[in-house]
Amino acid sequence: MDISVSLTVNGKPVAATLDARTLLVQFLRERLGLTGTRVGCDTGQCGACTVHVNGRAVKSCNILAAQAQGAQVVTIEGIAPDGTLHPMQEAFRNHHGLQCGYCTAGMVMNAIELVKKHPNPSEETVRAGLEGNFCRCTGYHNIVKAVLAGAAAMRR
Amino acid sequence: MNAPLIGQSVKRKEDQRFLIGSARFTDDITLQGQAHAHFLRSPHAHARIRSIDIERARSAPGVVAVYTGDDLAKAKVGGLPCGWLITGVDGKPMKEPPYPALAQGKVRYVGDRVAVVIAETLNQAKDAAELIEVDYEILPAVVKAADARKSGAPAVHDIAPDNTCYVWGLGDKAAVDTAFKSAHHVTTLEFINNRLIPNAIEPRAAVASYSRGDDAYTLYVTTQNPHVERLLMTAFVLGLPEHKVRVIAPDVGGGFGSKIYLYGEEVVLTWASRQVNRPVKWTAERIESFQSDAHGRDHVTKAELALDKNGKFLAMRVTTTANMGAYLSTFSTCIPTILYATLLAGQYTTPAIYCEVTAVFTHTAPVDALRGAGRPEATYVVERMVDTAARELGIDRVEIRRRNFIKTFPYQTPVALCYDTGDYEATLTDALKLADVAGFEARRKEAEKRGKLRGLGYSTYIEACGIAPSNVAGALGARAGLYEAGEVRVHPTGSVTVFTGSHQHGQGHETTFAQVVADRLGMPIENVDIVHGDTGRILFGMGTYGSRSIAVGGTAIMKALDKVIAKGKKIAAHLLEASESDIEYDRGTFTVAGTDKKKSIAEVAFAAYVPHNYPLDKLEPGLNESAFYDPTNFTFPAGSHICEVEIDPATGATRVVNFTAVDDFGKVINPMIVEGQVHGGVAHGIGQALLEGCVYDPQSGQLLTGTYMDYTMPRADDLPSFKVGMRETPCTHNPLGVKGCGEAGAIAAPAAVMNAVIDALAPMGIRDIEMPATAERVWRAIQSAKAKK
Amino acid sequence: MRAFDYHRPKSVKEAISILRKVENARPLAGGQSLIPSLKLRLSGPPALVDLGAIEEMRGIKVDGGALTVGALATHAEVAASKDVVHGIPALARLADGIGDRQVRNQGTIGGSLAHNDPAADYPAAVLGLGATVHTNKRAIAADKFFTGTFATALKPGEIITSVTFPLPKRAAYVKFRQPASRFALVGVFVSEGGGAVRVAVTGAGGCVFRQKAMEKRLAENFTPDAVARVKVAPDELNTDIHASAEYRAHLVGVAAQRAVETALAGK
Repeated sequence: MDISVSLTVNGKPVAATLDARTLLVQFLRERLGLTGTRVGCDTGQCGACTVHVNGRAVKSCNILAAQAQGAQVVTIEGIAPDGTLHPMQEAFRNHHGLQCGYCTAGMVMNAIELVKKHPNPSEETVRAGLEGNFCRCTGYHNIVKAVLAGAAAMRR
Repeated sequence: MNAPLIGQSVKRKEDQRFLIGSARFTDDITLQGQAHAHFLRSPHAHARIRSIDIERARSAPGVVAVYTGDDLAKAKVGGLPCGWLITGVDGKPMKEPPYPALAQGKVRYVGDRVAVVIAETLNQAKDAAELIEVDYEILPAVVKAADARKSGAPAVHDIAPDNTCYVWGLGDKAAVDTAFKSAHHVTTLEFINNRLIPNAIEPRAAVASYSRGDDAYTLYVTTQNPHVERLLMTAFVLGLPEHKVRVIAPDVGGGFGSKIYLYGEEVVLTWASRQVNRPVKWTAERIESFQSDAHGRDHVTKAELALDKNGKFLAMRVTTTANMGAYLSTFSTCIPTILYATLLAGQYTTPAIYCEVTAVFTHTAPVDALRGAGRPEATYVVERMVDTAARELGIDRVEIRRRNFIKTFPYQTPVALCYDTGDYEATLTDALKLADVAGFEARRKEAEKRGKLRGLGYSTYIEACGIAPSNVAGALGARAGLYEAGEVRVHPTGSVTVFTGSHQHGQGHETTFAQVVADRLGMPIENVDIVHGDTGRILFGMGTYGSRSIAVGGTAIMKALDKVIAKGKKIAAHLLEASESDIEYDRGTFTVAGTDKKKSIAEVAFAAYVPHNYPLDKLEPGLNESAFYDPTNFTFPAGSHICEVEIDPATGATRVVNFTAVDDFGKVINPMIVEGQVHGGVAHGIGQALLEGCVYDPQSGQLLTGTYMDYTMPRADDLPSFKVGMRETPCTHNPLGVKGCGEAGAIAAPAAVMNAVIDALAPMGIRDIEMPATAERVWRAIQSAKAKK
Repeated sequence: MRAFDYHRPKSVKEAISILRKVENARPLAGGQSLIPSLKLRLSGPPALVDLGAIEEMRGIKVDGGALTVGALATHAEVAASKDVVHGIPALARLADGIGDRQVRNQGTIGGSLAHNDPAADYPAAVLGLGATVHTNKRAIAADKFFTGTFATALKPGEIITSVTFPLPKRAAYVKFRQPASRFALVGVFVSEGGGAVRVAVTGAGGCVFRQKAMEKRLAENFTPDAVARVKVAPDELNTDIHASAEYRAHLVGVAAQRAVETALAGK
């Protein structure tokens, strides 16, 4: 069944007709070409596909595009103006919070919302807050450092 | 002149594209007219395929083509080759069964590829695959290494009725037997080294296209070694000439070994792209990754260590059964042999070692190298034995290590390797301090007050990286060279592009290699770019595995740089009107010795490409040099890892509360990157010890840990922050003095963690717990220890 | 995913009329369990009725000694709600421990209860607090709602609209997580209020259940020791690759004792 969906992605209104079974992540990647959001699993665990839907971090492989009807969606491509980095992106770079880069967009998107809810998080809060994002490269050590530093930068 | 770059924590050049979402992974690639492939996989561990009816699928909406093993056989598509021939103790070659890209006649593990459906959309391909009717005659299966050779076990392949691929041995058996006879004490343990599923976060993927106009193929694929992929596919499987196949490994999201190998999916896609005359794309769903990525480890081992009364190791005897899975994956056969038994000396002077390895077939996914590959298994055996022996003899665990450390180099072990250099005492001393071992007893008592048990565990490990040299490896059965290639292209105005056969999928080569080159050429790192992962641009390469990139790939680049500088000297001599022998070179500047006459590398490069004032009669224009480097020996990173755990005896729940790693990787180019490699490896090792374990149902052969709902990936809140230290004992046989760092953590950590767990429980009389040490396993060990008292 | 028709009604009434019309249509709330099962083709309903646009199913409020949570309240909303944090802090903490942050931002209480995963957390709270599940048709007492593995008293064409929890004197939830999925390997919810003690166990069996022997002991003496003396039989508990029935039985005891301790600590 084809359905019509309209929503706002990275500040721009978009409308499309698509197969009802299209996941939000498929819509972002395949229809809008926003391939910065990635898929790492089928069961909603790895978090590589995390985006913001109405300001909340959500796994975009675990909701239908249709469920985002009317929503404000922000992806990794939309968190900082062109040519600049969001303080959380900057922190990931400064603290070597990424290696292969596959989980990075999801990590950054979740971390930004985490810090909005907990502006001055402890290491424990950060580690618990990242439980829905898998990384096989970094052992999380530098990701945690980066999120703490990103939080400090976002407070400034 | 620019400041030295080697040894600096330069921020990574490659980060930008990953951070802003503009990296290009295989699944991000969409080619014009692309169709989508879906593989129908076996739901059974072992079954005869009586028939496959693809007619309904073929006529389903959007379907372009459906192929089965019969189609590949008819087209004379070959099986997947194994890259290492092991010769058994009986002098006979290993059993090497056919490994078809799509199953022919039988399926041999859950997830074995049965058919491929190619359709306009992925949903259509998957819808159609549900219409394929396969008539299976279900046969009994065997999944455990320990069961494979039992009488009555179903044979995986007709050519190996007892499921034995080979029985291989290393070392002096007679010397070991003699040493055991005169031993003061013998420590014996039996281990299972748990099977792991690799779980790179990027699933495997491929996009293949065929150009009729050029009769040429392009394959984008998640591989760690595109040239090897091309070589195997052209020479052994598809029978194509290499110049007609271009393999591109774009950004690759982690490998850990699992993306070294040639897999059936990419073979099928490449072949099919010509049949359907359009690009075909496939990306594994995670469930396919679990089922079909080559798994790691899966050893059953009995080990015995003979000691004298002072705790000196006299001899070690190790008998291992290694699970190969259903087919021989690309490098599977050398992992439990060449990369395992050779490491059993560890950091110690054990004079006699004998190891016998039986490799068996089972109805499970193929097993191959996974981060560490043989070396974690060896380290686990050695380091668990050392801790256990110390406890049995009442010798301090640090002291027994010190008494047995190798102290003079080079050191020839009784298991083939010759260690060139090391300083094991130094890393151990640093680690004891960094881990505050002196304060452990106070922490243990504090934990006791809270009702918790604390334990401390050591792992003083060694690894061998950059498997080499090619001629020795060849004599041991390698079917490939083990060199690396590099090319340095200095452009006319002095910027540089470096082409390397190494491949990065997280390791940061684009920065580390650029540091090496920019440092040697005395230019800003921004002027140097590293190109990798494309057979169309890079002359050749063996790729990235076994922590070989900087030691082998980096050295190839150094050799090419030497050639650039040698030619530069000739050009500079001409420009400066001096004798070539008077030209000195130092980081970017050619100087006439004893004068202030000099030319920068950029000026020399310009002259090479605009040769108006140039010795054209003696020298070709241009400044572009390439080199192959074949190492003379392995490198031998080593170090000391110390783990501290806390156990809740009421539930058995175990947490790593402190983890310290002090490693000697030789010269460190970028400490930030190297520390990151250690963190990742340690997390992988802690995962193996406490969390991860692949489970197949022993009766049905179903994969019970087939999603993240059941396979425990280490998460951020499972781990502590790590303490990391470095020692630099430069490697003696490469110009950078580097050794390799990517696997150390995964090699050392499991033994450190399990030694800590046992340390916490030893007062109850507990000697061993199987990995992963889940809460229930620990709780049960405590219950049965209590029951004995 | 197999193909399906998709509907996005704006009211409960509209949703029900679609669900009655289309046989085997599935309601979709947050989708955090349903979407993965569709992706893995473990289920393939002919139609999905997305409840996400039904405003009347949202909201959290305290009224007359009871807390009412709209079926579409996300776990994150429940965890952060001042009414929940003050009224039933144990419920807020339970919600804050479901899945991970992203799942909590999307998953809903109604969806979780209707799915009734045997290892889910919410069923323990609903049964452990003696809550009432409201549907478009009726009010169902917790004791009648959970009928088996992935089974509830809901009839075709019936959806949860809200859940009402009586405010307890004290309560606590302690969970030991299955290490991979982070669902409950064993979770125990203990509450005391309205003259009764309830102990609900999730993760251990085929469906959430009350541990009545513990309830009896605790009614006499609300202390960890009272629970410690109850021997939990493993007979009807789950055995799987993550834990044996025997270990689960042991954990029920440990979790119950710790829950009583936490409840007594008054947090």
